[in-house]
Amino acid sequence: MPSSTEVVAQHSLQHHFANMEQQRESSTLGMWLFLVTEIMFFGGLFASYLVYRLLHPGAFEFGSEHMEFWLGTINTVILLCSSLTVALSVHAAQLGRNKIVAILLIITVLMGLGFLCIKGVEYHNHWVEGSFPGHWWHMDTSTLRGDDVSAAQLFFFIYFVMTGLHALHVFIGMVLLSFIAYFALKGHYTAEYHNPVHVSGLYWHFVDLVWIFLYPLLYLIAHKHA
Amino acid sequence: MFFHDVPLWPVQASAGAGNVDWLFIFLIAVTGFFTLLVFALLIIFAVRYRAKENDNRPATQIEGSYVLEATWTLIPFGIFMVMFVWGALIYVNEARPPANAMEIYCVGKQWMWKFQHPEGVREINTLHVPVGRDVRMTMISQDVIHSFFVPAFRIKQDVLPGRYTTTWFHAIRPGTYHLFCAEYCGTQHSGMVGEVVVMEPAEYQTWLMGGTGEGTMASTGQKLFQELGCSSCHRSDTQGRGPNLVGVYGKPVLLDDGRSVVADDNYIRESILSPGAKIVAGFQPIMPTFQGIVSEEQLLSLIAYVKSLSQPEEREPVSNRPAVPGRVATPGNK
Amino acid sequence: MATTAATVERENYLNAGYGLKSWLLTTDHKRIAILYLISITFMFFIGGFFATMIRLELLTPAGDLMTSDTYNKMFSMHGIVMVFFFLIPSIPAVLGNFLIPMMIGAKDLAFPRINLLSWYIYTVSAGMMIYVILNGGVDTGWTFYPPFSTTYSNTNVVIAGLAVFVNGFSSILTGLNFIVTLHRMRAPGLSWTRLPLFCWSHYATSVIQVLGTPVLAITLALVALERLFHIGIFDPKVGGDPVLFQHLFWFYSHPAVYIMILPSMAVMSEVITCFSRKRIFGYNFVALASIGIAVLGFLVWAHHMFVAGISVYAALVFSILSYFVAVPSAIKVFNWTATMYKGRIYLHTPMLYAFGFIGLFTMGGMTGLFLAALGIDVHVTDTYFVVAHFHFIMVGGAVMAYLSGIHFWWPKITGRMYPEAWGRIAAGLVFAGFNLTFLPQFVLGYVGMPRRYHAYAPEFQVLNVLSTAGASILALGYLLPLIYLLWSLRYGEIAGNNPWQAAGLEWTTASPPPTYNFEETPVVTWEAYNYDELPQEVPVAQ
Repeated sequence: MPSSTEVVAQHSLQHHFANMEQQRESSTLGMWLFLVTEIMFFGGLFASYLVYRLLHPGAFEFGSEHMEFWLGTINTVILLCSSLTVALSVHAAQLGRNKIVAILLIITVLMGLGFLCIKGVEYHNHWVEGSFPGHWWHMDTSTLRGDDVSAAQLFFFIYFVMTGLHALHVFIGMVLLSFIAYFALKGHYTAEYHNPVHVSGLYWHFVDLVWIFLYPLLYLIAHKHA
Repeated sequence: MFFHDVPLWPVQASAGAGNVDWLFIFLIAVTGFFTLLVFALLIIFAVRYRAKENDNRPATQIEGSYVLEATWTLIPFGIFMVMFVWGALIYVNEARPPANAMEIYCVGKQWMWKFQHPEGVREINTLHVPVGRDVRMTMISQDVIHSFFVPAFRIKQDVLPGRYTTTWFHAIRPGTYHLFCAEYCGTQHSGMVGEVVVMEPAEYQTWLMGGTGEGTMASTGQKLFQELGCSSCHRSDTQGRGPNLVGVYGKPVLLDDGRSVVADDNYIRESILSPGAKIVAGFQPIMPTFQGIVSEEQLLSLIAYVKSLSQPEEREPVSNRPAVPGRVATPGNK
Repeated sequence: MATTAATVERENYLNAGYGLKSWLLTTDHKRIAILYLISITFMFFIGGFFATMIRLELLTPAGDLMTSDTYNKMFSMHGIVMVFFFLIPSIPAVLGNFLIPMMIGAKDLAFPRINLLSWYIYTVSAGMMIYVILNGGVDTGWTFYPPFSTTYSNTNVVIAGLAVFVNGFSSILTGLNFIVTLHRMRAPGLSWTRLPLFCWSHYATSVIQVLGTPVLAITLALVALERLFHIGIFDPKVGGDPVLFQHLFWFYSHPAVYIMILPSMAVMSEVITCFSRKRIFGYNFVALASIGIAVLGFLVWAHHMFVAGISVYAALVFSILSYFVAVPSAIKVFNWTATMYKGRIYLHTPMLYAFGFIGLFTMGGMTGLFLAALGIDVHVTDTYFVVAHFHFIMVGGAVMAYLSGIHFWWPKITGRMYPEAWGRIAAGLVFAGFNLTFLPQFVLGYVGMPRRYHAYAPEFQVLNVLSTAGASILALGYLLPLIYLLWSLRYGEIAGNNPWQAAGLEWTTASPPPTYNFEETPVVTWEAYNYDELPQEVPVAQ
């Protein structure tokens, strides 16, 4: 007589898979591959950053000086902690403890929300200071020389595209984890079947990892802060 | 009309064309050989081994052969390396204009070619050059990417906005040859065509003399240099707030961050448009930008003038004769 | 066994549910393949319409059939539609989707719902592209080079770029699905070295799709952003670099051409072995060559930029690497040819297309050697020589392989045979029409006719007229299968499980297959292409 968790697990087996192991390994490999595509997607932006920073180091220093160091640092800590809660939730899922999974994921989502709110504050401050590139640019670039004057806009363009794209991924992660938390509350996961928690966690870790690269490249160039 | 003038080969009008054509012929021979080989094998196999109703010969199963695999890997690879080296030699040669090549400047814009001879003559879409001389084209675009293509010379070079690109040729026979823009640039891309007219040297000189009477590019540049106020800082002694430009062209320049760059066309253009990008050691970053104030043609004239300051024999007389070299950086001299 | 007698219709994937909903919400990989077949055929004829317009205009040297702006839109949209909406999906999304699960003894791909999502994403992107076409078009060329695309063009650049952006995700998800499927869903006993080479080639294709397409996506997104917000990431007037775009663009778009050719090679390995009744010559080499092409293909992108203003050193590196990448393709051609040696050759339509492929792909590939030679490339890049080169590979190669595969697996997909005589006529017309269209273009390129030219120098006219004449024959050659394949759905001879007596698990099930492909999961104990154990006769009349 199968245990109730095994029944749940079998019930979750998709019809085209031979067994749960195949399903689990497929979904894990699928998520890793998807994350590889995300790396390549962000990769183009990192390549542009690299090229333009090498060409216009002064502009990039200038731009980085206008980042709000403490807000960025707090955001980094928030995301790191959120990765911790995600990792703990995966561990809880391995033990079949749905309630803990749900709580931890909800905390994660709230941290994501906190991240986005802080980002919103930063964007608002940038708007006021005039560092939105293009039509809305009105920053004081008198300390810059030559090409760096227009390259400063390039820095902010890259900043907004990279952090904007990253924020979009944070939002998607929040939605994803909310769904997982919901299913956990419904008692959906067991020790035998909890791979959705695992692969969603992978996605969130990736989102965190991108930020770990963005933070020093955008905030820490100038070695001065506050 | 119809079949008489079908061109099957472009005319060879430059010194480099012959070598390019020989490589092309070599490639045709090799690829032709392998094409015919593959075609022949396919046809032979299709005929010889075709299944026939009255014959139930089974296929002969052959797994593979390391020897064959090695053969048809290494032999093509060897041939490819010959192709690579030959093609590379041509390209490297094309990338190195001879030092004493005559200069012609080109500004491409939608949808025309503007040429300037150093002697001052300007042309649009038609380019006159002498036969038997090395000619270096220094080119820039005012808007989008274009490409300077003369099939008879076997040369092509993209013409970019924002920086100079160069190509060179050595015309070997008088005549008129097509000039095409070869990088799609909008509506009249296929109308951005012209002619290169190669003339005997004497004819070319005559043609040059009949020019606009404007004066050489260098003298135009010199006038601009004074009109725009450059001469007030860039004096031909050590007292100027800007470096003395005599003898600067083509030589290394020491920058304030320790780097050394060669004062080529791109450097001079950048110095005029974005003066803060590179500061010469020992000088202050006070030069204003002339972005939006000078056109690409004017920039070329200014460059021609600066270049002329390095060629004492050909230089136009200047009000401030150079007497002392530029200031040398010493510690504490910022 | 072929029979024309009506039999009690057993359940297959086509009749397992009728109605629009059963098709639009299907997760069956075979139905999704059919959905793709319909979509890409539609887009192929749209791309063909633009090609027709181009070749009609080029009958005369003057630009007298349409304005220059319109002509520029014609070649731009021809390129965008054909590359992104036909060639890249074609074989993988139709034949790969249909066959890969069957070839490995699985019930479906690893992610059936993502497969359906792929098709919807494709359809949305195609809808966006059709909107662009109907709303004034786009005239940047399929390559979208700035500053023209970001600052000077007055057409729907943003939406066209976004259409391609969206389309990229369809490609990425298909590739992701195939990789996971091939890793995890093979039947017991089916080791990697027993896999049909069709699967190896699609695996290599999928790796490229997954790694390369996101870079194109972000690049086009940057073009769109620059156009919308006037930033200047590629605009030199504000410190940007238009050549950076070219690097980013070609970093994807060169591997993209391998996305287009590897699946063709996949089909070739299946067709040639079947119609020679032989095991493939050099299985390991062909398999590894596919992987080699995928890896090396990522290292050669700047050979599209030899005259773009890159350094001499960079040019040397990319030139030599381009010669490296030619080697695995050559290996494959030789292996296929050797497969036919002492075979038992049948000349059915799929095999005729395969012959055409080997000949034309070889020619096209070798003209790539011309382009890899720096000294030659300077002269012929941006001319009709390049146009001829890539059409040889993509049309003479990829489209012929696609038609070969469609004909080969038609009985499996539809349960019907196509009319063999008409198949051969069409194959002949395609081959003849193709050569007449594109051989003159090599000459045109070397004598100096640039590409993307609306009006051209009068001495180029004869060669252009020949080319257009060829195009009209080619068009007829493409229309014929459209007609007789549709005809065969109703009137074609009923096909049995394995009309070709071919090797491969897909031939062991019924034609058309049941929804779940196999009654029981097969256990594989034999090597691929076991033609030494199969009958030597192809029972279909030639």
